[in-house]
Amino acid sequence: MWRMASNPPAFSIVGQRIPKLDAIDKATGHAEYGHDVHLPGTLVGKILYADVPHARILSVDVSRAKRLLGVKAVITGADNPARKFGYGADNTPLKADKVRTRRDEVAAVAAVDEDTAEEALELIRVEYAPLPALFDPAAALAEGAPLVHEDKASNLFTRYNYSHGDGERAFDAADVVVEGDFDLPYVTHGAMETSFCLAAFDLQGRVTLWSTTQIPFLLQRDLAEALGIPGRDIRVIQPAIGGAFGRGLDVYPFEPIAALLAKAAGKPVRIAFTREEEFIASATRQPAQVHVRSAAKRDGTLWARDARLLLDAGAYISWGAVTPLVMMETVASLYHVPHARFVADVVYTNNPPTGAMRGYGNPQSTFFVEVQMDELADRLGMDPVEFRLRNANGPNEETPQGLRITSCGLRECIGEAARRIGWQTKDNSRQKDREPQAEDKASHLRQGIGIAATLNVGGGARIYRSDGCGATVKVDDFGRVTLITGSTEIGQGSETALAQIVAECMGVCLEDVTVLNSDTSVKPWDVGTHASRTTFIAGNAARRAAEDAKRQILEAAAKLLRVPAADLETRGRLIFPRGEASRAVSFDKVVRSMHYREGGNVVVGTGWYDPPTHLVDKDTYKGNISAAYGFGAQAVKVEVDIETGKVRVLRIVAAHDVGRAINPMYVEGQIEGGIQMGIGYALTEQLQVREGRILNPSFLDYRVPTALDMPPVESVIIETADPEGPYGAKGVGEMGVTPTAPAIANAIYNAVGVRMTQLPMTAERVLRELKKKE
Amino acid sequence: MLHHITLTVNGDAFELDVDPRRTLLEALRDKLELRGTHLGCNTGDCGACTVLLDGEPVPSCLVLAVDADGHEVTTVEGLVQDGQPHPVQNAIVAHGGIQCGYCTPGIVISSVALLKRNPHPTEAEVREAIAGNLCRCTGYQKIVEAVMDVANGK
Repeated sequence: MWRMASNPPAFSIVGQRIPKLDAIDKATGHAEYGHDVHLPGTLVGKILYADVPHARILSVDVSRAKRLLGVKAVITGADNPARKFGYGADNTPLKADKVRTRRDEVAAVAAVDEDTAEEALELIRVEYAPLPALFDPAAALAEGAPLVHEDKASNLFTRYNYSHGDGERAFDAADVVVEGDFDLPYVTHGAMETSFCLAAFDLQGRVTLWSTTQIPFLLQRDLAEALGIPGRDIRVIQPAIGGAFGRGLDVYPFEPIAALLAKAAGKPVRIAFTREEEFIASATRQPAQVHVRSAAKRDGTLWARDARLLLDAGAYISWGAVTPLVMMETVASLYHVPHARFVADVVYTNNPPTGAMRGYGNPQSTFFVEVQMDELADRLGMDPVEFRLRNANGPNEETPQGLRITSCGLRECIGEAARRIGWQTKDNSRQKDREPQAEDKASHLRQGIGIAATLNVGGGARIYRSDGCGATVKVDDFGRVTLITGSTEIGQGSETALAQIVAECMGVCLEDVTVLNSDTSVKPWDVGTHASRTTFIAGNAARRAAEDAKRQILEAAAKLLRVPAADLETRGRLIFPRGEASRAVSFDKVVRSMHYREGGNVVVGTGWYDPPTHLVDKDTYKGNISAAYGFGAQAVKVEVDIETGKVRVLRIVAAHDVGRAINPMYVEGQIEGGIQMGIGYALTEQLQVREGRILNPSFLDYRVPTALDMPPVESVIIETADPEGPYGAKGVGEMGVTPTAPAIANAIYNAVGVRMTQLPMTAERVLRELKKKE
Repeated sequence: MLHHITLTVNGDAFELDVDPRRTLLEALRDKLELRGTHLGCNTGDCGACTVLLDGEPVPSCLVLAVDADGHEVTTVEGLVQDGQPHPVQNAIVAHGGIQCGYCTPGIVISSVALLKRNPHPTEAEVREAIAGNLCRCTGYQKIVEAVMDVANGK
């Protein structure tokens, strides 16, 4: 790791490479995940999926299933009134009248064990009257197309239409225009722990859910809608979560189904997806068909972009339908773009529903934007790095879209990534890399380097009315500091970063801090873990709560020491008048002094942080949705086998502006893990979807990069000390994934001269392009 | 019809009555409550359920419990001796090789098995040894660094 700091940090705990608080439990098998939670008498819940893409349900016969010994409940859409939930308010837990996609839930059973539950599913008979199905979003928009949702006027869910500048006239005024079609695939999260839910009712009709969700409070609300019970009677508990990556950003039918089964059976019910179910019945990243043009002036000024996207939402609308908001940011605001247009149609089809996945639209848009940046540089005869630097965003500027960029290290990111990969800038002499080395002229291997940059929200993202998070800090008699945060830990390490922020602020040791973040009946409200927001938003909330608690303690200490609170310093569990460590009193003693007296009090600090941002204008889509923006650039070196088309990534340098690395080890972890997902997106991962069916629902046929597929990654952390971030930090969770695929595509072009516009860039596809070129 | 088996798990002998269709993974998790061994795919593709069977790493989802009769099993919990985690466990913690941690027990087991048969592996050999263990969070880099550090006696 190289770390470039704009001003050297003077902190004791912030900035340290500290292992995750839960790491030793996870390393020794003691962490408790959802799958590990056992309540006495728990039943196994299983769901019957339609496996027909579009059909009217004529009848569902569950009589034989109900009679099977060991079956405790069988439910269908008919006996559960259709209560709609979800972002598009278009889904129901169980479908009563018709099914719109093969994964639609038709019936569910709860039984004493797995075998009985599966046998019961086989005994359910469903009669369907098939309807014509739509598997192509373009066909779904055609006049007279059958409707996926008959209560809607068309299959177009929504159109995002953004522009700034002169529109079409801008292209007439440009010197160089590139134009192309991009085809981006279905991919999926592939979290190692499959989706899980355990629902248990008490005798007062209140339900507790153990869940792999990322949005416990929105789950509470959606579940209330789906079940028709008050949200206050729903409690969500989040055990350790075995990866999420956006999967848990929506409520899925299996969650209310588990609750409905638990209610019907009068016993706790667990639904744990099989791996096959995880591939079929959890969300995917939106596939996109894109037509894009980019234009520049001869002097190297980036001039205009125009992107038209067709996004297949599948049969139901999730939060994933909002991803065009992120896509348009990259189109309109990555680099200075005087003229930009973005039109995206989000369309219903009978394909599997899509959702939110790491990067939230940005992997798609960064791919086509950055590939065309390379094309423009090529057409201009300019070095791609020089072209990017010339047009790069800088600090303290507002983009035409209304993004208020404060801290910005984009230029440093591009410069460092290029320099460390060995970029030759002077005479565009990357050309030399295209030639095989002298000793292996006969070799079929060609090496190339490429670069791509990224712009990401780094200070929350207001896609919801509130982008806030609450926090409480309490201190006990013995000096244990407990942070109760609304935020959700999904493995990324946020709870450790938050503990570091609290310890730094209060002047205690890290091991004194406990983080509670897993129970909606304890923790204050939070939108959820998404948009790389947790360190920034929950970090600011935690810092405010810690400051509040610290203020209370210092006021008490001031009385004990007879020194104004403002003159006190806290460090290493001690409180003392500044510069007079010999007069120190211990932290816990001060806390005790506060309640072992008449008129005393407990130490409880509270904090709420909702960033100074606003929702984009609903007509123009302009506005500042994030309080800070993260930047990055990745430079890669690849080797292409011209006989087979196989691409191997040899090395990656990833330079990311994270404001301040609260914990550099896990900042690197986010970057390295993001790159792994980016390499999968670039080279191997694709859900094969034919007529709405996922053909490769296993890790054998859906290729996630293994340790052998990963090149060495050199992370460069650029610190720009964001003015709004906690200790200067900005979000980093998603931006590792976004520039990887276009950087690889650009390196392939550098190596063998073919432009890849379809992902993944499999050997077969690269070879096809090489043949075309011959 | 249940089968009576005896097996040694983490040094302790157990007698179990198991359904012949149940896997070693299920026996460990459900009968012995050793839930550090994780179910990731149930088809042997992800490695989350890796345990040592007579010292060799195997995906326990592909071993029938009855086939473990008379054999010795080590799970991730069994690597902790006298309250001290195994050096691989400590190294993977110290290097930040754990995020969600769901794959970690399998990766620890595969790495321990590697170091036992090859105490001084190359980085390529470490990557080869854990190639059957999928991790979706870390990109493997810190895991590989951790295992190399143990191999190099750091």
